[in-house]
Amino acid sequence: MFLSEKHTLIQKLAADFAAKEFTKEFLDHVEESEVFPEEMYQKMAKAGFFGIKVPKELGGAGADNLAYVLVMEQIAKASGVASIYVSSPNSLSGGPLLLSGTDEQKDKYLRPIITGEKKLCFALTEPGAGSDAGSMTSRAVKNGDHYILNGRKTFITMAPLADYAIVYAKTDPTAGTRGISAFIIDMKWPGVSCGKPENKMGVIGCATSDIIMEDVKVPVENLLGEEGKGFVNAMKTLDIGRIGVAAQSIGVAGGALEEAIRYSKERKQFKRRIADFQGISFMLAEMATKLEAAKLLTYQAAMMKDANLPASKEASMAKFFASEVCNEICAKAVQIHGGYGFIKEYKVERMYRDCRVFTIYEGTSQVQQMVIAGQLLK
Amino acid sequence: MAVKVINDKCRGCKLCVKACPFDAITMVGKLAEIQSACTACGVCIEKCPFDAIIREESDEVKDLSAYHGVWVFAEQRENKLMSVVIELLGEGRRLADEIGTELCAVLCGNHVDSLAQELIGYGADKVYIANSPILEKYRTDAYTEVIYDAIVEYKPEIVLLGATHIGRDLGPCLAVKADTGLTADCTRLEIDPEDKKIKQTRPAFGGNLMATIICPNHRPQMSTVRPGVMDKAVFDENRKGEVIPLQVKITEDDVRTKILNIVKTAGEMVSLTDADIIVSGGMGLGSKEGFDKLKELADVLGGTIAASRAAVDAGWIDHSYQVGQTGTTVKPQIYFACGISGAIQHIAGMQNSGLIIAINKDENAPIFEVADYGIVGDLHKMLPAITEAVRKELESK
Amino acid sequence: MKIIVCVKQVPDTNEVKIDPVKGTLIREGVPSILNPDDANALEEALKLKDTYDDVVVDVISMGPPQATYMLRECLAMGADNAYLLSDRAFGGADTCATSTTLAEGIKKIGDYDIIFAGRQAIDGDTAQVGPQVAQRLDIPVVTYVQGFKIENGKAIVNRMMEDGYEEIEVAMPCLLTAVNELNVPRYMSVNGIVTAYEKEIKVWNHDDLQLDPKDCGLNASPTQVFRSFTPPAKGKGEIVSGTEEEVARNLVNKLKEKHII
Repeated sequence: MFLSEKHTLIQKLAADFAAKEFTKEFLDHVEESEVFPEEMYQKMAKAGFFGIKVPKELGGAGADNLAYVLVMEQIAKASGVASIYVSSPNSLSGGPLLLSGTDEQKDKYLRPIITGEKKLCFALTEPGAGSDAGSMTSRAVKNGDHYILNGRKTFITMAPLADYAIVYAKTDPTAGTRGISAFIIDMKWPGVSCGKPENKMGVIGCATSDIIMEDVKVPVENLLGEEGKGFVNAMKTLDIGRIGVAAQSIGVAGGALEEAIRYSKERKQFKRRIADFQGISFMLAEMATKLEAAKLLTYQAAMMKDANLPASKEASMAKFFASEVCNEICAKAVQIHGGYGFIKEYKVERMYRDCRVFTIYEGTSQVQQMVIAGQLLK
Repeated sequence: MAVKVINDKCRGCKLCVKACPFDAITMVGKLAEIQSACTACGVCIEKCPFDAIIREESDEVKDLSAYHGVWVFAEQRENKLMSVVIELLGEGRRLADEIGTELCAVLCGNHVDSLAQELIGYGADKVYIANSPILEKYRTDAYTEVIYDAIVEYKPEIVLLGATHIGRDLGPCLAVKADTGLTADCTRLEIDPEDKKIKQTRPAFGGNLMATIICPNHRPQMSTVRPGVMDKAVFDENRKGEVIPLQVKITEDDVRTKILNIVKTAGEMVSLTDADIIVSGGMGLGSKEGFDKLKELADVLGGTIAASRAAVDAGWIDHSYQVGQTGTTVKPQIYFACGISGAIQHIAGMQNSGLIIAINKDENAPIFEVADYGIVGDLHKMLPAITEAVRKELESK
Repeated sequence: MKIIVCVKQVPDTNEVKIDPVKGTLIREGVPSILNPDDANALEEALKLKDTYDDVVVDVISMGPPQATYMLRECLAMGADNAYLLSDRAFGGADTCATSTTLAEGIKKIGDYDIIFAGRQAIDGDTAQVGPQVAQRLDIPVVTYVQGFKIENGKAIVNRMMEDGYEEIEVAMPCLLTAVNELNVPRYMSVNGIVTAYEKEIKVWNHDDLQLDPKDCGLNASPTQVFRSFTPPAKGKGEIVSGTEEEVARNLVNKLKEKHII
């Protein structure tokens, strides 16, 4: 993959940052305390990681999707959880604002999340509406100069940490997905509360919980986009989000492959390096080849987006393939580590847990296959 | 002496391109071409199997016959000579004898007359001495001016300075004023038996490469020399020499810096260069507290502790304890390298130690390449055991 | 206030390895980086830019055309302008000739209050170019700077010594060479990188600097490399093995044999 000098430099920035900041001590601390230090969050903001694709006029860096992918990949290579903090403002939470926000809304909500002053979360999923987002039951009823929101959102990444949330709710329950609208709510408003943070398998250090809305009064100026256009906004956001998860996947997979290569060169059994056994070396060859293929799919999807080409199918392919391959590579990396791969002292143990969610969130592998097949059979 | 490719001989094999440490050779068509990044280091000349790369000799010859004598900058702090000065006098004596010339020391300070006899005792035939309140503490402008005037007047052929924080400040400034070359941080000096010129060898490229430097057409030939590398001169209290006062023409107004305050941070001056036994630690110590175990062994042996750059960078210990290319070069009788992997830049600073004992978990660590005794194991267990065994041995005596 | 920072692109010598069989340098895969001490020099200049209004930070380097990549890094960290002195005629320069060329480049930029440089570059480790540039510009120099502030129009610096430091007052304009202890260099930022590629790096050759080719590069270098060689590796020693107690006893015996204890 040949990158321009500019993109090489952006990649170098993220790689240097990850190597210096995400030390073993730091990562262990995040894992044990389940808290990602605010100080690190601010350092990441300063490096410009939160507004990569946002135009300069809006306070962003004015770079592109490829730059975003490169940063995500390098950060995820060192820390899966840190990459979620990069992903959120660039993708799921910044995306809806960038797509449908008014100038005032962008100024008030997008700018501070790029600078790291505020955090925003994306609230679409409900207990009964996961892959089938259209079946949501959250309700928004217009009442003069405001809406009254009621409902419950679930598995909302960063919800307990967020200052604001983008919430999707039905303004017209009879109109199916065309009855869904998007709102920006302040998490401190009366009637908004969070559930207990989930006890997750991986990506520890980024709290996930329910958001409960009970008669929340939302001023009309906090409607995001037009009434009834919320579902389109969410789907377009997720479309971009997929590339981000693909980038996370190639990052974590790259990290796991590196660990596996290093370990297989160090570890000796039967008086030779385990890398000298064909059983191990062929595993490594397969892991590297699949990773390369996943990388190319991911970069291609990003570059197509940057060229303003339709890339829905390619983004789904990248997310589907990269996340599945990442799970495979991490599993093999654990296998190569043997017993040491099963204990927390070795990095691959965490990678194995962190990557499990990649085939699930922002559209399961099965949803991606539906999108891809849909495009093929259209 | 530019390095040049003879196009007729070049076969386009690219061996020189790969060998160049500075990435200064590119292929233009099927021929190698030397680019501006070239430092004329000559690595490619030896690599080329077809003798297609040569040095262009310069034909310019200047009359340099007016320059005589080897000078040593007698760096003093608080009216005490730096130990590197004694080393320079030892080395300078040898060089002067090989050339067949005199060895002189140049001494600046305030009320430093008493040091002149010491310099003579260590081998100086002459001591040029400048006494003035302006020279009490080293300041670039003042020392440069005074010594430059002396160089113009007395025309030495060689000037040696210690590569201390002062010598490395003064040397470059003097060289520009005197319009001559300066070779930094030399580890070996030789006199060419034919033309009596000096060949200065120094590590470059982070210690990965040694370069021998000459200064053919300018005088004086100047070098700074790493402390701890050369052998010290032997003191002879009966030696006689001449003391020649230098005029100090500058005034306080000519000196553009003012020392406001002097702060000593290391409790005692860490004299790694003088230590006979050094117990040094690196990242393998795991933490700041790891140095306690080193200290115990060092105390039992009557040695001092030191550290690798990684341990210093981690903030575990002060920079003054650092051994290596960017720290101090050491030459103790015994050097313990504990949890030090042995980066080239570290090895460059300790490989001349009498006996090197390395303790490391990783049996492939490069430190074992230079160690006389290698111990593969956990230093946290090994060190206390060694300390205990040494203590018992000493007590039994 | 205008600050000029002298920077150099160097091979990352920590990444260089020696071929254990042939004893030659393995250069392949060694990245070129901004010289570490120079990053500290730039950081100190950028800190002034953060503190005071109207501070302009210019970076200057002498090197081959590829050095623009490193200069973009400096721009991406926050420098305002970048200048590259690049010419075949500058090749083969020793520190003496390098300082002449850099000093001419700095004069052409002009109007500076402070020049920062790194103490030394990791490919040569000479620490000479900084003070030599100052001599050629006839401005005061302080090397090994580990602390810096401005008070009443004068620079107050802490100069690192082997056993502590000196606090020195120096008139401006002056040249200061930075050591690693001075600060922690900032990262580039994505914004900075995008902006860096919107800027033009000015490239000057010997004509632009009005330098005669005989006054630069190899022609103007009093010192010359006579030969280069890789240092001979010391033979591998003996591995002492066993339990802790055995190793310790074994080692003590060896030290006794050598009359060390």
